[in-house]
Amino acid sequence: MKRILIQDTTGNLKKEKRDLHISFSTQIRDRGLTDQVQVVMASDLGVYDRGLAVKVLPEGVIYGGVELKHIPDIIEKTIVKGEKVEELVVERKNKQMRIVLRHCGVVDPESFEDYVAHDGYQGLAKALEMGPEKVIEEMKKSGLRGRGGAGFPTWLKWNLTRGVKGDEKFIICNGDEGDPGAYMDRSVLEGDPHSVIEGMMIGAIAVGATRGFFYIRAEYPLAVERVQKAIDQCYAKGILGKNIFATGFSFDIEIRLGAGAFVCGEETALIASIEGLRGYPRPRPPFPSVKGLWGKPTVINNVETLANVAYILLHGGESFGRVGTEGSKGTKVFALTGKVRNSGLVEVPMGITLREIVFDIGGGVLDNRQIKAIQTGGPSGGVIPEQFFDAPVGYEELQKLGSIMGSGGMIVMDENDCMVDISKFYLGFCVDESCGKCAPCRVGGTQMLHILNQISEGKGQIEDLKKLSEIAHAMQKASLCGLGQTAPNPVLSTLKYFEKEYLAHVLDKKCPSGKCASLVTYLITKESCTGCGMCARVCPANAITGNRQEKYTIDPDKCISCGQCYEVCKFGAVLRQ
Amino acid sequence: MSSVVTMVKGFVNGRAVEVPAGTTILDAAKKVQVNIPTLCKHADLLPSAGCGICIVKAKGNRKMLRACCTPFENGMDIVTHDPEIVKTRITVLELILSNHPTDCLICGRNNDCELQKIAADFGIRDDRFQRILAEIPADNSKGTIILDPKKCIKCGRCIDACQNMQDVWALSFIDRGFKTRISPAGDIKLSESPCVSCGQCSAHCPTGAIFEHDDTRKVWEALQDPEKYCVVQVAPAVRVAVGEGFGYPVGTNLTKKLYALFRRLGFKAVFDTNFAADLTIMEEAAEFVERFVHGKGPLPLITSCCPAWVDYMEKYYGDMIQHFSTAKSPHEMLGVMSKTYYAQKKNIDPSKIVNVSVMPCTAKKYEITRVEEMFASGYQDVDIVITTRELIRMIKQAGVEFESLADEDADLILGDYAGAGTIFGATGGVMEAALRTAYYNVTGENLKDVNFKDVRGLDGVKETEVDVKGTKVRIAVAHGLANVKYVMEKVKAAQKNNEPLPYHFIEVMACPGGCVGGGGQPYMVTDEIRKQRAKGLYDEDEAMEVRCSHDNPHIQQIYKEFLEKPLSEKAHHLLHTQYKSRPLYVK
Repeated sequence: MKRILIQDTTGNLKKEKRDLHISFSTQIRDRGLTDQVQVVMASDLGVYDRGLAVKVLPEGVIYGGVELKHIPDIIEKTIVKGEKVEELVVERKNKQMRIVLRHCGVVDPESFEDYVAHDGYQGLAKALEMGPEKVIEEMKKSGLRGRGGAGFPTWLKWNLTRGVKGDEKFIICNGDEGDPGAYMDRSVLEGDPHSVIEGMMIGAIAVGATRGFFYIRAEYPLAVERVQKAIDQCYAKGILGKNIFATGFSFDIEIRLGAGAFVCGEETALIASIEGLRGYPRPRPPFPSVKGLWGKPTVINNVETLANVAYILLHGGESFGRVGTEGSKGTKVFALTGKVRNSGLVEVPMGITLREIVFDIGGGVLDNRQIKAIQTGGPSGGVIPEQFFDAPVGYEELQKLGSIMGSGGMIVMDENDCMVDISKFYLGFCVDESCGKCAPCRVGGTQMLHILNQISEGKGQIEDLKKLSEIAHAMQKASLCGLGQTAPNPVLSTLKYFEKEYLAHVLDKKCPSGKCASLVTYLITKESCTGCGMCARVCPANAITGNRQEKYTIDPDKCISCGQCYEVCKFGAVLRQ
Repeated sequence: MSSVVTMVKGFVNGRAVEVPAGTTILDAAKKVQVNIPTLCKHADLLPSAGCGICIVKAKGNRKMLRACCTPFENGMDIVTHDPEIVKTRITVLELILSNHPTDCLICGRNNDCELQKIAADFGIRDDRFQRILAEIPADNSKGTIILDPKKCIKCGRCIDACQNMQDVWALSFIDRGFKTRISPAGDIKLSESPCVSCGQCSAHCPTGAIFEHDDTRKVWEALQDPEKYCVVQVAPAVRVAVGEGFGYPVGTNLTKKLYALFRRLGFKAVFDTNFAADLTIMEEAAEFVERFVHGKGPLPLITSCCPAWVDYMEKYYGDMIQHFSTAKSPHEMLGVMSKTYYAQKKNIDPSKIVNVSVMPCTAKKYEITRVEEMFASGYQDVDIVITTRELIRMIKQAGVEFESLADEDADLILGDYAGAGTIFGATGGVMEAALRTAYYNVTGENLKDVNFKDVRGLDGVKETEVDVKGTKVRIAVAHGLANVKYVMEKVKAAQKNNEPLPYHFIEVMACPGGCVGGGGQPYMVTDEIRKQRAKGLYDEDEAMEVRCSHDNPHIQQIYKEFLEKPLSEKAHHLLHTQYKSRPLYVK
């Protein structure tokens, strides 16, 4: 049986995807191939920049930019003759390695049978046979660490909860993915919900939990829909509920929706949210492993972490542990984005270098500009300048560089990115998302942002840099939860590696990248201007006047320093100062 | 059965400390005379961990810990002060100050503010950070307490007090991040919320963000108006708390000094709420006997002298109204007696009388216009209520050397009281006073021992049985509104299942400890302070010759001359009120 998978992730092109599905189905039927070919709406195929994507199995060839007119060709060449439609082929670099995303784009996420056909629930069966101690032992061998950001060893977390006495224990899957630009958890939940359920059930066996919760943000409707469908299927098949497989193990799963507060991804705030309270973090100790949801021992694992679990049980901890570095085992999914040619989700073995990710997988920087830095770890992370791109990816390795692994955001920055501006962006995110409970984060973040704004407007003083460090230190030390403790990181790391840029803003009142509008003026040089008028056409403020035969000029009073004229001028006539 | 307390050992600043397991680092440090500064922790409440000032280091841990909520553990080696910790604390405090107005000189908490004090202690001299303030208008819709969110430091004490201590749920945090503020849920006015004006929020607020509605100016104006005849009464709990404003040991009973003070302030008649407490007992005990012995009215009878409780009951237990004693609260009884009996006797135009009640309570400000029965004299029976905190400020403003005043007596006859009247100020006091008189009403004789020690003390709910010549009277005493649910649900369950009533008589006081822990009392109350204040009242009762309300000769006189007998038509008209169910939310 051949399969045509159509990539269906959250996003636009809804109608086009449907049309493609219908056309494929009808044409397959018209050619009498219904018995040999199945058309499936699948999840993530890892193609994000090429329009609609289709994968044909078992060949595994992926086509991008597929339109209705390509359908006959694909059926004729690939399905019937087993050849490729060369002009549509999307090349996959083999530096990637798929464990977490192993089923994404392969398995029909809405089909229980399909998941089972791909070794689904084999890990669970094995875990039921092995019993809790051996499961934890296997996890220890694997070296798997939490993929939510902190990197706490999963086996240890499970063992701690297992060791706490309690009449009832809970396991929670943290699907409140909130880092700007990150969507690996969404892709897993949408593309392979059963593997996360299976991982959660194995975790439940290990810690002795009888109830599980998926905490998924409400902005992920497709993920919620697919996870719910998968849960329903499990109940129907007797994989969830009482006395599963007659082993005496009973387990129930419910979904809880997050209402969009970033802080609810923090374990204790997440628990408060499930309890129906304001999403405020709580002091620890007590840790959730001892006193979590409704005061009961609770283990919380991230989606990506759980997606690894069934694989580990099935293939063995040792085999999993062979991938990666000494301290960081397995793979990590990154959401590669920013000024990179091929943006999208990449899953790579730990230990790969940042350079390999950006250049070999990502295809290098957009427009062949000079790369400046990579930001990892989202708003809790930091920037890593180019001189460290040969560092291997791992928890400790990134930390040493002043950033963190985080949940897997990876943003490529080029010479046009201003580090003060980047700091403002991330800090602004944390200020918006601060829950407001503790003073260091609530006021500290706002004060830091105020200072950064002053700097980017050319009103910064040299003492401000010291103030930034002082507030940052107070936030790191005195904030209650991880959000506040790490919020200053983007500022601190840019200050560390790009202090010169800050000094240029503060002392020279210049923004070297030309990003900070208040510090940049644009003017047109008479010598180079050809009078084409493009600049005047794109200017949103009507600040550019002139006519085609003569030279154009910018009225500085009207100019809002947006830089569009600079971008659009093909003759280098617009100068930025 | 004695439970074994596990002890944990460690070090604080190099000094060995041994404390019971579960003790916080903050409390463990106190054992070796180390005070770790904190802004948000209050002895009454759970730590909110909000301010971030109490951070300390534990050797071997790279993070700083919050001393207020982290348990001291075996082998811990805590450092409470080093250059890095102190600098971090100062920065955090500076951040908090950058989000706080600087109008301290004209703030109600000037000189009595925890934020001001810690800023002074830390020696903050610079305004290093940009002052960023949100312009949020104050909410004065309630007329009892004022919410001024721009002075709020988000410590969360008021919310814990409102939600967990009092189970009222009027206050919560709304919005988030820098915009976080205290408000009733849904951003409505306090007057539209379930707020019952108990004032525990204001008593626990470290700054001026929640403050009693200040009525001292009204009192000064009345006192300075030659046309007015100003009459004052002072509640039981005030006399044992006012001294805290002047350096007296907690619980010092300053009744007679207060009488002298009131005359210095210019009051023409000085009465005592304790007299009216005796009067309340006469009515309430009679009411209880009517219901208990003669079956006229439903049991259990529930006390109603606490206005926050009355408001709470009307909002949360509207179906229990018929159980409420219709007797007015003591200060309302005194108000109406002052404008009728006293005015007639002294031949004073009651329209000229201004009745001022000095109360431990913010809800009393609401009570004086609660329903039309509060105008039984033909005028508003009590004109102004001020709290203990307001009185302390008035004394300071008046320039009277309070500490040196010689004792004086109250004016008769509305100023003389029995021991039963004075214990009203402590939880269980009303019950005890009522039982003394009810026993007499039923049996015709006085108790040999008038002390009911079972109903005293700070247990949230106190249940006991009293033997009235062979008949068992089951009683319950609850204080702190969160403790009400247990008692009320028990009654409701019995009613529903047609089981024997768990209680015949219930006393409820809204504030923990009763009025001694009232929302208008001096700040920083703890259970220890509540105990000391209550002790001041029980000691007075113990020392008195007349301990039962019905034995108070002036009570006997007022019935003879004016009210006829308890529950007479006149008494009903002047001394009783009624209740109605009210919605939790007005909008």
